[in-house]
Amino acid sequence: MTNAHGSGKYLGMVVGGSLSRGVEVRLDANSQVEEMALGQHVVIQGSSRRFFGVITDIALESSDESIKGSPPDMSNPVVAQVVAGTAAYATLSVLPMLSLEGALGAVDGPSPAKTVPPHFAPVHLASEEDVQMVFGAEDNRHFWVGNPLDMETRVCLDLEEFVTRSNGVFGKSGTGKSFLTRLLLVGILQKSAAVNLVFDMESEYGWMGTSEGAGMVKGIKQLFPSQVSVFSLDEEQSRRRGVSPDYLIRVGYNQITPEDVELLRETLGLSEVAADAAYNLAGRFGQERWLRSFLEMDGPELRELAGEINVNERALSTLHNRLGRLKRFHFITERESEESVEEILRNLDRGIHVVVEFGRYRHELSAYMLVANLLTRRIHERYVRRKEEAMGDSSREPRPLVITIEEAHRFLSPSIASQTTFGNIAREMRKYNVTLLVVDQRPSGIEEEVMSQLGTKLSCLLDNERDVDAVTAGVSGARELRSVLSKLESKQQSLIFGHSVPMPIVVKVRDYGTNESYRELGFREASEIRREMERDANDLFGGR
Amino acid sequence: MAVDEARLGEVVETTTTGFWAHCYRLYESPPLGALVRTGGPYPAYAVTHHVATQGIDASRRPVARGADAATEEAVYLSNPQLSQLLRTEFQAVVVGHSVDGEPRYRLPPSPPPIYAFVHACGPEEIRRFTSNVAFLRPLATSGVPALEEVVAACLSLAAQAQPNPNGFLVEAGRQLMGILPGELRRVEAILRGATR
Repeated sequence: MTNAHGSGKYLGMVVGGSLSRGVEVRLDANSQVEEMALGQHVVIQGSSRRFFGVITDIALESSDESIKGSPPDMSNPVVAQVVAGTAAYATLSVLPMLSLEGALGAVDGPSPAKTVPPHFAPVHLASEEDVQMVFGAEDNRHFWVGNPLDMETRVCLDLEEFVTRSNGVFGKSGTGKSFLTRLLLVGILQKSAAVNLVFDMESEYGWMGTSEGAGMVKGIKQLFPSQVSVFSLDEEQSRRRGVSPDYLIRVGYNQITPEDVELLRETLGLSEVAADAAYNLAGRFGQERWLRSFLEMDGPELRELAGEINVNERALSTLHNRLGRLKRFHFITERESEESVEEILRNLDRGIHVVVEFGRYRHELSAYMLVANLLTRRIHERYVRRKEEAMGDSSREPRPLVITIEEAHRFLSPSIASQTTFGNIAREMRKYNVTLLVVDQRPSGIEEEVMSQLGTKLSCLLDNERDVDAVTAGVSGARELRSVLSKLESKQQSLIFGHSVPMPIVVKVRDYGTNESYRELGFREASEIRREMERDANDLFGGR
Repeated sequence: MAVDEARLGEVVETTTTGFWAHCYRLYESPPLGALVRTGGPYPAYAVTHHVATQGIDASRRPVARGADAATEEAVYLSNPQLSQLLRTEFQAVVVGHSVDGEPRYRLPPSPPPIYAFVHACGPEEIRRFTSNVAFLRPLATSGVPALEEVVAACLSLAAQAQPNPNGFLVEAGRQLMGILPGELRRVEAILRGATR
């Protein structure tokens, strides 16, 4: 059944509620409560405007108290049908999110709802056209991320808006975070909104990635070989996987600073005193030499040094011990110039997206954190300098950069977020053209201020209370979003809310991994490209 | 003998909300819950809810006559005057009227006059009038004795005339839920009676 405005099935009418809690809709006797779903979109037709809302709760009510004590004779089909929908009925809580001016709603586009529809306003399921009107069509700044539940319409993210702020992808392990992140990277790449720098801990974005249940899927380097460079810390492993990295990253002991040690404090299990000792060491030996000199020392020398720089001997020896683990990392060399950073920057300047792979160090969290922090700090410094030098001349400004980090709560936990480069980037937003794409399964571990600065959040299933709280904190309608969030399916579903969508929406994430999906994302097989070139040549020079 | 087979009798007492009719033949009243139509300037539709047979002189109760009779029928056969001394009457509650043949689900502006003819409604007329379940309101709120039985009987008869009896009963049931708020048990009893 559709109404005059092309909406979907009639559901019922508004019978109460408020703007903050959402309106209550009494489900019509002819609508089946089982067909309703949390997160579904509805359209409410007021007298002068239409409201676009989302179902946030479904409840069973009865107008007769005796129903609970002695239920009616439901074996009689007529009695059963009459009671269902009259004395026993269902209500929907609908949060009005947007209002569309004018009877047909298409005058000015959607704006946030600042009032509620009147009593008895009819409520319909949103039709494909309604959803499309709100979430826009795919164009050169809107990227299709998925479809609303039970619909074919495409939900698009405004990627230009997206990259101006830091964003977050959250979800329990195995719920499709990497999947979604890979899509976002492709989107950013395709719409040329910014360049990506991806710290690819599990080696799943650049080259082959795994997909739960679907085997191997193509990475962005395979889809767009000329636009992506893979940087690796572990040449051997890359080669074994049949990937030839474009560049090998090397880190010198001289480049590691006490701040890096501070960041690794929890990962290495260091006390505050021990971590602080690194500053004393840097003061004693100088930035260039401190780590190398320190690691070369043995027992008696350490005791002597402890007295000399006035640090607890036990703390110093723990520090020595733990930093000794860095020797296992073959990518760390005696001395390095800034060549790795320069190479990354050269790529980024040319609009080439960079994926940093960790190879066999993928299980070494300290290696990941050390390298990500070290590179990001340097790149961020360059961006700040260049942005300031440009002095508002937008043609000289560096390209917007999106840095993707996984296990983000390790970099952005409340104890260190105020000190790390990542914390700074998350807070200062677009000012220096660098933003973060934070990927994490433990959002409650991320500092509140950082979370509150994230522009758009894409969250797959989360069921830990604290994580759900952290993701929805400070968002209007948080209570309603929470219930939606914890009821997502465990695969390929995501709740998206924030700046780049007009209202929160649950999407079935777009397919990734089939040949058709690759083609839709702009990938063409070599043979196809060859055929196209031949055709072009024929067109140009007149083939027979 | 009535000219018209469907003619049952005549109105003998009348009010805005209901009337008494005297049946032409002893014991030949419409069944409980049946829809009837009167004559008169505003033909009224009404539902039979009360049937009574007694002596024509209300002050004189009939006396027993069958002590020597073999069967009950034999009592009437041996006393042919009885059909003149006894009368059958029925009471009906007005649920609507008709204007130029179109049903109106409101009370008529004036009640049917005394001696207005009362007709039984045929299946097509029942289907047409009851297709709008609004007719239930005056009946269900009339407060007549044994209301549940009367409404159940009426619905049962009406459903038989409808092309989709179950769909009709569901619609009628929902209407009753609105007319009798908070009286789920009553509506349930009516529906169970109607589907028996």
